[in-house]
Amino acid sequence: MAAMDDEIRSILARYGRLAVPAGTLGEHDDLPRVGLTSHASVSVMLALEDQFDIEFPESMLRKSTFESIAAIRVAVQTLLSVGQAS
Amino acid sequence: MTATIEVPRAGAECVDITAAAARIGAEVAAEAADSVDRDARFPHETFAALRAARLLSATIPADLGGKGAGVTEAGAAVEALGRHCASSGMVLAMHYLQIACLARHGQNQLLRAFLRRVEADQLLLASATTEIGIGGKLRQSSCAVELADGRFELEKHAPVISYGAHADALLVTARRTPDSAPNDQVLVLCEPPGLELEQTGSWDTIGMRGTVSPGFVVRASGDAGQVLTDSFGDIAARTMLPVSHLLWSHVWLGIAGAALEKAGGFVRAEARKQPGTTPASATRLAEAGAMYATMRAMVREATRAFCELDSGSLADDPGIGLALSMNALKVSASERVVEIVTKALRICGMAGYKEGSPYSMGRLLRDAHSAALMVGNDRLLGDNAQLLLLYKGW
Repeated sequence: MAAMDDEIRSILARYGRLAVPAGTLGEHDDLPRVGLTSHASVSVMLALEDQFDIEFPESMLRKSTFESIAAIRVAVQTLLSVGQAS
Repeated sequence: MTATIEVPRAGAECVDITAAAARIGAEVAAEAADSVDRDARFPHETFAALRAARLLSATIPADLGGKGAGVTEAGAAVEALGRHCASSGMVLAMHYLQIACLARHGQNQLLRAFLRRVEADQLLLASATTEIGIGGKLRQSSCAVELADGRFELEKHAPVISYGAHADALLVTARRTPDSAPNDQVLVLCEPPGLELEQTGSWDTIGMRGTVSPGFVVRASGDAGQVLTDSFGDIAARTMLPVSHLLWSHVWLGIAGAALEKAGGFVRAEARKQPGTTPASATRLAEAGAMYATMRAMVREATRAFCELDSGSLADDPGIGLALSMNALKVSASERVVEIVTKALRICGMAGYKEGSPYSMGRLLRDAHSAALMVGNDRLLGDNAQLLLLYKGW
């Protein structure tokens, strides 16, 4: 879990264009509040899809999926477990 | 111009807001449209009539004293008015947009009481979203709200505020605090006496001249409760972006309809001169009619889809599908209106090119050209290009 959070932080640092260093973010910090725009969240999503070899379905393409590191982790884990089951 | 304003009677009892807007359009706005356009002045007489008919509060929820009209009815009303004077239709559309933002996202007592006052006093609302240094990027602000002791203060340099000098109150975007990121915005209700506007530019444009939209420095202060309760990110995604594009598209549909009404009249007059022979212009009219039918279907369908979504999942989080479809609507409708008016001009020929003829197409064409510019189509296409990298819902 911590390892995945670090991977997510590193993607946020690279593509999130945040107003603060991604390394300082708590898992429940509100990402839009620290500057994650909808434009940057598209880049973050694409990087997550590549990093974890997943694809976000239409139903997960919404703001709540990307509101915090914890929310992103839950989304990624959900998609990874679906991938393993199939 | 005299200060005397003819106010049509039989307004308050008119339940059908579309019929009321159409009547005011035909009786008041149409008469004033050329002078509004020539002098780039606010359509005072039209708004006096809209107030007398209590149309400024038509979309306020019934429990706050309004008629509770939805986006479908509001769209039909601004289309009907916009047919006669596009500037008037656009001002009413923007006013209804501000009401929607307040009614859907202003959940405290102060903001509810304000909406009751909008109804009682028929107040006209405008907005200040663009900012010098930021441009038209709706989801970024440079100015910030400063809160202290339950009061707010803000100062914003706006390059454009539509009918700013004629509005009774403004909704202003700003960063949540002086330390907030540019996209961490709130929407703030600003009204006199805590609102001061200093005009910084002029308004002498190709079209939409009656919206009178120069630049202003906005200086505002007031109760902290005037800051809308939802974040502006939510307000923009759920209400401002979709409702603005829907209502503007209806105004443009009104412009296209007005152009075809003139072109149809021209073709009929031609046909009467030589019964038994179909004028060459009739084929062009058939083409223009098909374009108009497509545009109208697009606007109506987008409205239907929004209302369906709005009654269900939109309350939580609209997802990217809504932004994609509303941006596409805005881009398409704004391009179609220019094509249709241009075709109508070709049909009418010199009679349409001349000012002062019953077929004059000048004002309609000039007004239509604003459509692609208000929130630039290139910006919206860029937004969609990016969102489509993720979209799988084809």
